[in-house]
Amino acid sequence: MAATPSTPLLKDELDIVIPTIRNLDFLEMWRPFFQPYHLIIVQDGDPAKVIKVPQGFDYELYNRNDVNRILGPKASCISFKDSACRCFGYMVSKKKYIYTIDDDCFVAKDPSGKDINALEQHIKNLLSPSTPFFFNTLYDPYRDGADFVRGYPFSLREGAPTAVSHGLWLNIPDYDAPTQLVKPLERNNRYVDAVLTIPKGTLFPMCGMNLAFDRELIGPAMYFGLMGDGQPIGRYDDMWAGWCTKVITDHLSLGIKTGLPYIWHSKASNPFVNLKKEYNGIFWQEELIPFFQSVALPKEATTVQKCYLELAKQVKAKLGKVDGYFLKLADAMVTWIEAWDELNPPKGAITTTKGPAPKSK
Amino acid sequence: MTVEVHDGEVDIVIAALQPNLTPFFEAWRPFFSRFHVIVVKDPELAAELQIPSGFDVKVYTKSDIQGLLGATSIDFSGHSCRYFGYLVSRKKYVISIDDNCLPAKDPAGVTVDAVTQHMINLKTPATPFFFNTLYDPYRKGADFVRGYPFSLREGVECMLSCGLWLHNADYDPMTHVVKRNQRNTNYVDAVMTVPLGAMLPVSGINVAFNREVLGAVMFPGLRIRKQGNHRWDTLEDIWNGLCAKVVCDSLGYGMKTGLPYVMRSDAEAGKALESLKDWEGVKLMDDVLPFFQSVKLSRNGVTVDGCVKELAGIVREKLAPKNPVFAKAADAMEEWTKLWKSHGAQSA
Repeated sequence: MAATPSTPLLKDELDIVIPTIRNLDFLEMWRPFFQPYHLIIVQDGDPAKVIKVPQGFDYELYNRNDVNRILGPKASCISFKDSACRCFGYMVSKKKYIYTIDDDCFVAKDPSGKDINALEQHIKNLLSPSTPFFFNTLYDPYRDGADFVRGYPFSLREGAPTAVSHGLWLNIPDYDAPTQLVKPLERNNRYVDAVLTIPKGTLFPMCGMNLAFDRELIGPAMYFGLMGDGQPIGRYDDMWAGWCTKVITDHLSLGIKTGLPYIWHSKASNPFVNLKKEYNGIFWQEELIPFFQSVALPKEATTVQKCYLELAKQVKAKLGKVDGYFLKLADAMVTWIEAWDELNPPKGAITTTKGPAPKSK
Repeated sequence: MTVEVHDGEVDIVIAALQPNLTPFFEAWRPFFSRFHVIVVKDPELAAELQIPSGFDVKVYTKSDIQGLLGATSIDFSGHSCRYFGYLVSRKKYVISIDDNCLPAKDPAGVTVDAVTQHMINLKTPATPFFFNTLYDPYRKGADFVRGYPFSLREGVECMLSCGLWLHNADYDPMTHVVKRNQRNTNYVDAVMTVPLGAMLPVSGINVAFNREVLGAVMFPGLRIRKQGNHRWDTLEDIWNGLCAKVVCDSLGYGMKTGLPYVMRSDAEAGKALESLKDWEGVKLMDDVLPFFQSVKLSRNGVTVDGCVKELAGIVREKLAPKNPVFAKAADAMEEWTKLWKSHGAQSA
């Protein structure tokens, strides 16, 4: 039997984006797995606060002042005082892949007691195809020990490129505020040893706690919206990005995987604070879901940016009646794409710089 | 959610493709013994069946099939014989497992009660309209995650439960030949709903369904020319599952996949090479694929029976021109609706 090839490190092709307002002590536990990689830290909240980064990591750090300096008026699309600001990190990255993780997420153990190298699993997920057009009952057919089952059409067995790898969490589950209030003691102890592709046409709640994606394939769709300070909604940043991303990946025949890897989610946020943040979202999503389920992108929309701008148009046209917030959000979506294209010009184009990268080690 | 399973609401239907069913029944005794078991003997199996005592079992043979149905265009030989069991069952639910499968053990070493797990799947709602990333939200220790719309949290009724297989997985013959030593050792501890619009290959090896509602679409429609007794020589269950999924999607019912696992023996592994010469299943699924990806039943269909008739018509119109095997499938589907009406659509 052929030896299983080891997963490439991709250390020069992947950035780890971490939003933080507290500290980065959690990086100590991740050191064996993260140290080879470049970190992009996006500091939320008060820019005067100094965030201590543990020794030995290669990083760049951006606070609100940096966001304003680099984007100028376009900085209005980046959320303030909310972890949604992390998408600024996606925009300034120059790498092909992004892994983003929350600062209350630690290394989990698999059922055998071994530490889970979450990043390695995400890389495996991204480097192997997805299967969005037909459901494989043995889940990811490209995993060791699995394959396509009888009846799976052969013409689909090459799969589709994987744009997103959505990981899960043991311990504190990612519940909404009402569920947290009803089940404050529930912990996710179930290790489901599977990676699977979310079928084309199916929406899902994308959690930004443990997420990796191919920036070149889907980056511009990963806008985390207008949340937090001055906004009527919070804790829907990743959800918004997930719905937009899924519609676009479906349109462009790319795949999204969910399942492994697990991380250990240590902190349960305050459910009463969460309820206030989510309150509007809980009602609005009842309108948002039918919108995303029925949105149609024209076949001329052949790039992520074109798809996203078309989505922004439709958000403005159809969701404005839900709340004026969506008119602002639609404008911010356009601003995001403009900012993205400015910071990520096509190769060979003339670039303008807005100053050196700040506080790099 | 606690689920109660009543003895009188389930039939176990077993297709006997081999004569000695003693090891099978002994292994399943703890889980089968309280239910009525329907054994349908493959009409082409000559030898006498051996079934141990202590079961409430009724055996149907070729003469019963012919006696009850008379002349019918449906061929009930091989794996298709179990569908006769669906016709004569009078229970609300049917659970059907291949006769070369034994109870599996979970990672903790506990023997899996596949019957109870299938019943839990069928008696708890399915969630086809939005994917829950923690899989089945009704399982103990799980729930709907943040971002899951509240209006979708009641779910819909689950009509079909597709279980899985450890050890000898359900592969096509190519995969069996290329990966002849590969065995499935990965116990994935999840049940999940197959989303609306997503197509999947439903394996008949380990399956359960609501017979009262879905029976009219649980037919042996597609018969490949060299259909044999190895699972890889058949596609009848795959076709059945695709049709059932289209109907469930159209009528707002759900389908789940995942647990329970059964342990499937090596009995078939290693002989796939002989099947490769004539295996037309390769091409058939690729013909079938665009059809199932785009088929839409009219809003007029409110019953499973109505949907099947409509689907048979569309199959005849769109697929039959490609391959006569599909014309025969359309015939079988229509014949099944007649048989179901005369013999199947009755309850205890």
